[in-house]
Amino acid sequence: MPKERVLVPEATPMSYYGQPILKPPTWKWPIPAYLFTGGLAAGSALAAAGLRTGGARSAARDASLLSMGAVAVSGAFLVHDLGRPSRFYNMLRVFKPTSPMSVGTWIFSAFSAATGAAVAAEVGKAAGVLPDPLAATVSRAGQVAAAVIAPALGTYTAVLIADTSVPAWKEAHRQLPPLFAASATAAGAGAVVALTTLTSGTVPAGPARMAVAGAVAELACDEAMHRRLESVETGDLAHPDLASPYQEGKARTLHRAARLTTLAGVAMTALGGLVGRRRPALAVLGGTGLAAGSALTRFAIFEAGRASAINPVYTAGPQRRRLGQGVAGHRP
Amino acid sequence: MTIIDRSSTGTDLTLSGVVADYGAKERVGFFTDTSICIGCKACEVACKEWNDVPEDGLNFLGHSYDNTGQLSADTWRHVAFVERPEPEGGLKWLMSSDVCKHCTSAGCLEVCPTGALFRTEFDTVVVQEDVCNGCGYCVSACPFGVIDQRKGDGRVWKCTLCYDRVKGGHTPACAQACPTQSIQFGPLEELRARAAERVSTLQAAGDTRARLYGDDPSDGVRGFGAFFLLMDEPEVYGLPPDPVSPTRDLPDMWRTAAVAAVSMLGLAAATLLPGGRR
Repeated sequence: MPKERVLVPEATPMSYYGQPILKPPTWKWPIPAYLFTGGLAAGSALAAAGLRTGGARSAARDASLLSMGAVAVSGAFLVHDLGRPSRFYNMLRVFKPTSPMSVGTWIFSAFSAATGAAVAAEVGKAAGVLPDPLAATVSRAGQVAAAVIAPALGTYTAVLIADTSVPAWKEAHRQLPPLFAASATAAGAGAVVALTTLTSGTVPAGPARMAVAGAVAELACDEAMHRRLESVETGDLAHPDLASPYQEGKARTLHRAARLTTLAGVAMTALGGLVGRRRPALAVLGGTGLAAGSALTRFAIFEAGRASAINPVYTAGPQRRRLGQGVAGHRP
Repeated sequence: MTIIDRSSTGTDLTLSGVVADYGAKERVGFFTDTSICIGCKACEVACKEWNDVPEDGLNFLGHSYDNTGQLSADTWRHVAFVERPEPEGGLKWLMSSDVCKHCTSAGCLEVCPTGALFRTEFDTVVVQEDVCNGCGYCVSACPFGVIDQRKGDGRVWKCTLCYDRVKGGHTPACAQACPTQSIQFGPLEELRARAAERVSTLQAAGDTRARLYGDDPSDGVRGFGAFFLLMDEPEVYGLPPDPVSPTRDLPDMWRTAAVAAVSMLGLAAATLLPGGRR
């Protein structure tokens, strides 16, 4: 008996001249950059509050400064990406729970105020304007408040991109929030490890543990997201499922680089600050690597989303299968 | 002021399903019967004329008679031309005038962070161009790829179902210009009844592939305000077969995010607090 062979050409889902069904996101590089810097701000704010609680005030101040810097850059990215930047304040007209961007605007504003207060108090003290009992109280209150808001800042962006029709984002709506939370933790704590080690010469143990734990969770959540996307099939041979956008082009390169960088960051941070004797130089490299890995992860997700939106197979394929109609047929 | 509860139709989730009565009128919409579209593009032209929509390129796409391509910020009616090979040989030429669906559960409107997109008293979805700041969220939210950002302008634009004309008691420009009544305008309930009759006539005449698209209030966007009679699968016309408003899963997403946020706080506390000293 000869082995089975295919006699009929493979059917591909029909489309209108291969044109996209969806419009690709209008968002440019500042948006994935913000997904990273927003997470960086959130993670470093948590590290700042932890350091402050442990009595390391100057390290906590540095972490808050980093967080404030990340927030400032974030704001610039967000305004720059608007079609009408001069109307950015229209975001503050309403509060809409159905719009993650509206909810995020208020989270971002509250977080900026808290971190800003903490940083202003510390700067005021350094400049001799604000005496210490007051400066210490205000900066501590600001750091605690920022840490309470930080998890919201680090996760709402996942809801923001999942609440779209972009197939590779929408279909991962349960996997993106934990991934973003973990990525923000790794980025923020990693950056604080690098910064504190540079300024004090000592590797901070708490942030190093937080960074490694966050990065391990990031890798696990990334894997979980890919498994979920692989389970959403399109019925097309060349692009079999919604993980396929990660196998091509920019998203593939970014995703591979993200995994490698994060893995290297985990190893270096652990060896530099957690296992055996402390190796400050390695910890600085490791912490920076974890932040870079987080940034690459966000850009990979962004690019995969764009790729999934412009190929009609990713839009129509899973919908047809959901309707139980399989592949619609083929165009000769 | 009377308060009307629209939670049953889900038209406005923003304020716990309750909106102020701004003088709600009967819901109106379009029924686009593509079986009698002749591809004259009068709708495209009338729309551009009335709404002062800018020119968007004089292109030759090579896609049958379609040189517009798709709906965009500068194309609010788009006539698709499909040359479909028939199993028994020859071609079937399908034409269809596409437009914004004015969804009952409109993703664009729900995600708009400025309130620029709003629901009118006729249950249509319109952008206020003086409020829009061009954030682009609605563009990614729309399951049909209708709304888009206008280059050089930065804001988003789409069909208004001729809000100004309808307010004045007139028919939208495209429906007014359509020479074959392929585009019909009127109260939505009336259009649905008319469409059901038309599709059964076609089915009975042997057009087995004729089907209504967007007439079902239980679909993923809770029914279109502008629905269609198609002569083939939706994808053939560049339409999604089972569109779903992204916000349908939003409560689930917020719950997942809340769990993730609490875990993030927990992980930070567990790793930072025992060894707070450094």
